[in-house]
Amino acid sequence: MKSAAFEYSRPATLDEACALLAADDGARLIAGGQTLVPLMAMRLARPTRLIDIARIPGLAYIRDDGDAIVIGATTKQCAIEDDPLVRARLPLLAKAMPHVGHTPTRARGTIGGSLANADPAAEIVLVAVTLGATIVWRDGGKDTAVDASGFIIGPMVTSLPQSACLTSVRFPVWKEPKVGVGFHEINARSSDFAFVSAAAQVALDADGRCARVALGIGAATAYPIAIDAGALIGSRAEEQRVREAVDAALADAEMMDDLHASAAYRKRAARTLAVRAVADAYKDAHARRS
Amino acid sequence: MRVDLEINKQKHGVEVEPRMTLLDCLRDKLLLNGAHAGCEHGVCGACTVLIDGAPARSCLMFAVQADGYAITTIEGLSPGPGELSLLQDAFCETHGMQCGYCTPAMILAAHALLAKNASPSRDEIVEAISANICRCTGYAQIVEAIALAAERMRGLNRPQEPR
Repeated sequence: MKSAAFEYSRPATLDEACALLAADDGARLIAGGQTLVPLMAMRLARPTRLIDIARIPGLAYIRDDGDAIVIGATTKQCAIEDDPLVRARLPLLAKAMPHVGHTPTRARGTIGGSLANADPAAEIVLVAVTLGATIVWRDGGKDTAVDASGFIIGPMVTSLPQSACLTSVRFPVWKEPKVGVGFHEINARSSDFAFVSAAAQVALDADGRCARVALGIGAATAYPIAIDAGALIGSRAEEQRVREAVDAALADAEMMDDLHASAAYRKRAARTLAVRAVADAYKDAHARRS
Repeated sequence: MRVDLEINKQKHGVEVEPRMTLLDCLRDKLLLNGAHAGCEHGVCGACTVLIDGAPARSCLMFAVQADGYAITTIEGLSPGPGELSLLQDAFCETHGMQCGYCTPAMILAAHALLAKNASPSRDEIVEAISANICRCTGYAQIVEAIALAAERMRGLNRPQEPR
């Protein structure tokens, strides 16, 4: 369990990091390294060069942009978990964070690393897809912004070019006075990879009915997906409507199927967890003071 | 490559290959054998050290990444030569170990918890050690040890700090 040999660079700026990446096909970025290093130990990854971006100034921040919370790529997961701004304005991410790995991996792991790694079971990716976050990368001195759903294109596959460095993620903030969230996942033991996960955010109208609903399912398919929950608008989040929305979205989806959980199980669990997540979010929204 | 590490408040300059993990550097270069090599891919937690006070896997960090941080290993918790910290004592008293392989990491994880939270609930203790695998004890005595240490530390007039 020892990595193969590699060169190590720690550039001072982002553009320098991109230039190093562009110069060598075998080079990889490292920040927290909580997924990359195990892959290297198992020799499933053999980068020729590691470019350490963890200490590049200006890449770790949590900023309130009014209609969005913007988080810098190298912001540590533990910093997001403890952040009052995230808790107040991005409650779904706050709710999901304790499920991301465990305390020691969150102490090193970064938000950008989780997004760029795009594991089907990654909670951060699920929240980004569910809320329709925007991902920004730098390549050749210019910034490109893409929707999370256009960024994650396969299991551990993203549209990030080889010479690009993910720089930030922008999560839209819902302005409705009553917004609630729910998050559920099933795994063999807490902090292990999820077999299925569900994230939901609900905003209420003046009558206490759903004005806006975001729902996403993770770990069930090759990458987390957002579910069209339009049928829940104007409703009181009745269980049957949630079931139907999930069933419709997963009807033709290719479910993951492995030793831990069969495709049929994942489909059933996705429906159940979605019902629970929406019910929690609806209840949570009602409990908020406007 | 040369890297300057600060471990248990002492500076060490070491020459390492980039691929050498912090764990291997601690054990092989600095003879700090308290960090244990278990799975070497981030699953078992036996290699836990504190990085700026927070528990982290020393097998998931290369030594070349570790300069500039205050690193604490189990060797750094002892108040003096041949002495045990209050938390270490509690592990002995409650039989919080059997083979001892997971113990340094368990104690460091617990140390970090108690530094932040003087009165952890049982759930918080369980959560704090949930990243560390023990194949002997069934965890009950470990949880007991941490609760006992917390109770004793609350009785002290000062926070317990590693020297």
